[in-house]
Amino acid sequence: MKIELQNISKHFGSTIALDQISLTLEENRIYGLLGNNGAGKSTLLNIITNRIYPTEGQVLADGEAIFENDLALGQIFLMGEQNFYPEDMRVNKAFRAAEIFYPHFDMEKAMELSRQFGLNTQKKISNLSTGYASIFRLVLALSVNTPVLLLDEPVLGLDAPHRDLFYRLLLEKYAESPCTILLSTHIIQEVANLLEHVLILHNGKLLKDLPVEELLRGAYTVSGPAALVDQYLLGKKPLSLQSVGGLKSATLQQNDGLPKPVEGLHIAPASLQEYFISLVQEEEN
Amino acid sequence: MNAGFSEERPIFIQLAEQLEDAILSGVYPEETQVPSITEYSVAYKINPATALKGINLLVDAGLLYKKRGVGMFVARGAREQLAKRRQEGFYRDYVLPLTREAQRLCLNRAELENLIERGWIEHED
Repeated sequence: MKIELQNISKHFGSTIALDQISLTLEENRIYGLLGNNGAGKSTLLNIITNRIYPTEGQVLADGEAIFENDLALGQIFLMGEQNFYPEDMRVNKAFRAAEIFYPHFDMEKAMELSRQFGLNTQKKISNLSTGYASIFRLVLALSVNTPVLLLDEPVLGLDAPHRDLFYRLLLEKYAESPCTILLSTHIIQEVANLLEHVLILHNGKLLKDLPVEELLRGAYTVSGPAALVDQYLLGKKPLSLQSVGGLKSATLQQNDGLPKPVEGLHIAPASLQEYFISLVQEEEN
Repeated sequence: MNAGFSEERPIFIQLAEQLEDAILSGVYPEETQVPSITEYSVAYKINPATALKGINLLVDAGLLYKKRGVGMFVARGAREQLAKRRQEGFYRDYVLPLTREAQRLCLNRAELENLIERGWIEHED
């Protein structure tokens, strides 16, 4: 399923949470929605699922407006930071409730994933730790089998082995039954390789909407002794600068591959995280 | 399993090189099947499109071939082709850096030749 956002704006009083966002999520790709806290990521996801209404603009699912469109909304699953089930409900009961809302929910898979994560399905949702509350919502997300999966900070509170397990299970699910996935996160380094396309949100504005590869071809870092780096930067405008002791590193924009090597300097492509931080820093200045 | 990709070069190229290494060292003999796109994607935690791009480099070079509905196989002659290609880069990638480092460490020519002889013998058995 393809999702289109047309000129979406959201105002909360005088605060502009989202400012004229237009973008398209093509069918069966993995997108990353990156942004700092408060960038507008959750607001955007809540608008796509009609949980809140935009001040302006509209969202289309396969060309049809999602506003009060239950058929379309039943095809989009949002794993948010909140839990929408009654607190005293047991995990297995919540799975059964999900089965009613999402006809393609796979109960067997939900039980198997719970086993893999060590989630006790007899427990009440309110008694789950922060990590297991996240895992509960992840298991739901991986079992609903909707054509669109929106994951808002999916690994919040998860330890490293569980994060690792989640990334693998997500890719396995994607291989078995491809769907459109949007992963919203501020933990960039870990998800960078999973993504095909990146959307960068900053202060309610969409700064970038590009395939990862193209984005990374656009930036590189130069590091080495401060004097040499300073000399290299003469006449250039770096996105960001860092220095530790006598060493300095700078991230620069460049549109056609890596520049020529320079004796004494280390020149390498920027990582997604470095690029993101540089971009946001530049925007703040 | 962790591929330990570096950020220095695109991941699909590093994946292709790892697969080449595996063919060269006999992990995947000729006419045997290599892991699927999904297996690479899940094991290395990379987007399947990236894995496909890496594998396609070897398909385009004639090192792998597709059996419809079955998977990817190592082509006959792949190992020899790879060895030949790597031999051409051996002088530039290994011999030149080796002699440069030897000179920096003040090893003379005879000493370097001795060390090479020693390494050769150690790996013979």
